[in-house]
Amino acid sequence: MTGALAIDVRALSKSFGDKQVVRDLDIQVQAGRVTGFVGPNGSGKTTTMRMLCGLLTPDEGEGKVLGLDFRKEARVIKRRTGYMTQKFSLYEDLTIAENLEFTARVYGMSDRRKRVDEALEKLGLTSRRNQPAGALSGGWKQRLALAAATLHEPDLLLLDEPTAGVDPKARREFWDEIHALAAGGLTVMVSTHYMDEAERCHDIAYIAYGRLMARGTTSELIDQSRLVTFRAEGATEEGMSADHLSTELSRKPGVEMAAPFGSALHVSGTDRAALEAAIAPYRRPGLTWTEARPTIEDVFIHLMNKAEDNFA
Amino acid sequence: MNGPSLSGQRILAVLIKEFIQLTRDRLTYAMILGVPIFQLLLFGYAINNDPHNLPAIVLDQDRSSFSRSVLVALDNTDYFRFVAEARSPAELDAAIEEGRAQFAITIPQDFGRRVVRGDRAQLLIEADASDPTAVGGAVAAVAGLPGQALVHDLTGPLAGKAGSAPFEVVVHRRYNPENITAYNIVPGLLGIVLSMTLVMMTALALTRERERGTMESLLSTPVEPLEVMVGKLAPYVVIGLIQTAIILILARLLFGVPFVGGWAALTLGVVLFIVGSLSLGFLFSTVAKSQLQAMQMSVFYLLPSLLLSGFMFPFRGMPGWAQAIGEAIPVTHFLRIVRGSLLKGVGIEHAWVSLVALTLFVAVVTTLAMSRYRTTLD
Repeated sequence: MTGALAIDVRALSKSFGDKQVVRDLDIQVQAGRVTGFVGPNGSGKTTTMRMLCGLLTPDEGEGKVLGLDFRKEARVIKRRTGYMTQKFSLYEDLTIAENLEFTARVYGMSDRRKRVDEALEKLGLTSRRNQPAGALSGGWKQRLALAAATLHEPDLLLLDEPTAGVDPKARREFWDEIHALAAGGLTVMVSTHYMDEAERCHDIAYIAYGRLMARGTTSELIDQSRLVTFRAEGATEEGMSADHLSTELSRKPGVEMAAPFGSALHVSGTDRAALEAAIAPYRRPGLTWTEARPTIEDVFIHLMNKAEDNFA
Repeated sequence: MNGPSLSGQRILAVLIKEFIQLTRDRLTYAMILGVPIFQLLLFGYAINNDPHNLPAIVLDQDRSSFSRSVLVALDNTDYFRFVAEARSPAELDAAIEEGRAQFAITIPQDFGRRVVRGDRAQLLIEADASDPTAVGGAVAAVAGLPGQALVHDLTGPLAGKAGSAPFEVVVHRRYNPENITAYNIVPGLLGIVLSMTLVMMTALALTRERERGTMESLLSTPVEPLEVMVGKLAPYVVIGLIQTAIILILARLLFGVPFVGGWAALTLGVVLFIVGSLSLGFLFSTVAKSQLQAMQMSVFYLLPSLLLSGFMFPFRGMPGWAQAIGEAIPVTHFLRIVRGSLLKGVGIEHAWVSLVALTLFVAVVTTLAMSRYRTTLD
C-alpha cells in the first residue's frame, strides 16, 4: 500500500451483551481512496463505522483516524468526519434549506448562508429549498443527506449503505459524486451489499462475523480467492436449460456453489480437478461449458461460506 | 350474503398477538397494574377532606386554669395539634405567614377574669383559609366549644356561668375570608398546567429524535450534551412563561384572585419550576426507550403531583407518610410559593424553604439528566 493512511485501527472489538459483533478487526484505509466495506447482514459493518466516528465506544482496539487517537480524540475526529446513516436521519419536518442550515450551524461554519446556497445549487434543489425534507423521494433524500454530511468539508466520509432503496440512475449519479469527492482528496469508506457498487470502489474490505476476511482491489480479491468458475450455457437435448442444473450440481463434491445467471449457470470451486470431475458428466450436447473469470459476487459468496464453516 | 364474515380464528390471531406485545412492553404493563393500585391507596388512605391534627400555634396571655382548660378542649377535638407556643403576637403572625401553622390561637390576658365576671370573654382563632377545605372542619368543631370547655371549671359559686356560653370564639379566616375555593384552586392550577405541558414536551425531546432516527446524525456532529439540553429547553422556558402570564391574567380577570404581593418570590419560583420541570422531562427522555414510554413516565409523575401536592386535597389532611412523599414533589413547593405570594403576599424571606427545595430539584434533575445523556449510541 502506498500513501498516507486515513484510518489505521487495530484489534477493534465490540460486544453488545454477550454477542460479540466485531472481533479483533484491523482496518486500514488509504487517504483519498474509496474503500468499500462489504459483508453480509449483521457482519459488524455498521458497528465498525460507528466506532470509527465516535458513535460507539469500542471495547478493545487502538489506532488512528485522520492521524488522531481514535479513542481519545473522538471529539476532534467528529468535526472532521462526515457520517451518513443507513436510515434517512435528517429532520423530515424541517425544509431542505433548514436542514442544511442546522448542519452548518452545528459545525460552526462561518459563511453559512453562502455554503448552504452553494450546496442547494449543486444539488439542484434551489427551487425546492422550502419544501419539507420528508417530502423528497428516496433518491433525493439520499443526495440531500450526502450534501449535509459533506457540507462542513470533512476529511473522512463514512457512508453506511447509502444507496439502499434507490433507483439505478440515482445510484450511478451518487457514485459519480462520491468519486468526484474522492478525487478532491476526501477519504471515503462506504458499506454496501451491492456487488456492482463494491466494484466501483478502489479497495474492498470484506467482513463477516465481525472479522476481516479479505482486503484488496476487486481483481486482487478474485485472484486471492483461488476460485475457479465454469459457465454453462444452452440447453440439454431434453430441453432443460443450464440454470436448471444448479440444484443438482451444487450437491456434487468439489462444487462450492452453483448459481443460475438467467438461463446460464456458474459453477465454482477452489479445487480445479474436483470441479472438473464434477461437471464432466454434464458436458452434454447442447450445453457449452467455458471457463469464466469468477465475479466478485462469486468471491463474496465463497467468502461467506468459508466464514460460516470457520466461525458459525 | 356478500358482507364480511367473522372468523374466530382471525380474532384469536389478533388477540394472541396483542397479548404477546403487551407482555413485552413492561412499562405499559406496570402502568395498567400500578396505576389503579396507586390511585386506590392514595384516595383510600392519603386523601382526607376533613383533615384533623392541623398544626396550631398558641399565644396564651392569660395562663389561667380556664385558658388551660380551653386549650385541652381544643386539643380534644382532634382538629388541632399544638406545635408551638408563641411569646408574642409577631411570632404568631410569622408562623401563619410561613405556613408552619394552620391556626393561630390567641387567649387574651383578661380571658379568665372575664369568664368569672361573665363579661363576654373572647378567644381568637386565626385560620389560614387560603385552602378553605383544610380549615372547614376545625372551624365547625370550634362552634360547640364554649358550651362545654369549662363545664368542669365552672363549679360551685361559678356554676351559674356555665349555663349560657361563658366565652365566645372569634374566628378570623385570613387570606380568603369569603371562603372562595377558586382562590386556592386557580393559583394551584398554574403548577399543574406547567407540569403537565412542560414535562411532557421535553420528555419527547430525545425519544422523538431516537424514534425518527435523527439522533444518530445529531450524535455524529460535534454538538455537546449541555448544548443539546439548553437548546432544546430554551424555547419551552418561553412557552412556560407565556402560560404563566396567561393563567395569572385570567386568574385576576375571571376569578378575581387577589395578588397581594411577593413578586420576587413568585418570579423566582416560576422560573425555577419551569426549568426544573423541563429538565425532568429531559431526564425522562434520556431514560425512555420510546415516545410512548416517555409519556407514561410523565403520567406517573403527574399523578402524585395532582393528588399529594396539596393541589386537590388539603396537604395537612394527609397522613405523615403521604406528607413525606408530598414534600419530595416539586409541585408541592411551587404551590406553596404561588399561593403564598398571591394570597398572603409572602416574600422571599418567608418562602425561602420552598425556593431552596425547587433549586435543589433543578440541580439534582439537571445533573442526573446530564449523567444519563450519552454522546454515543452505546
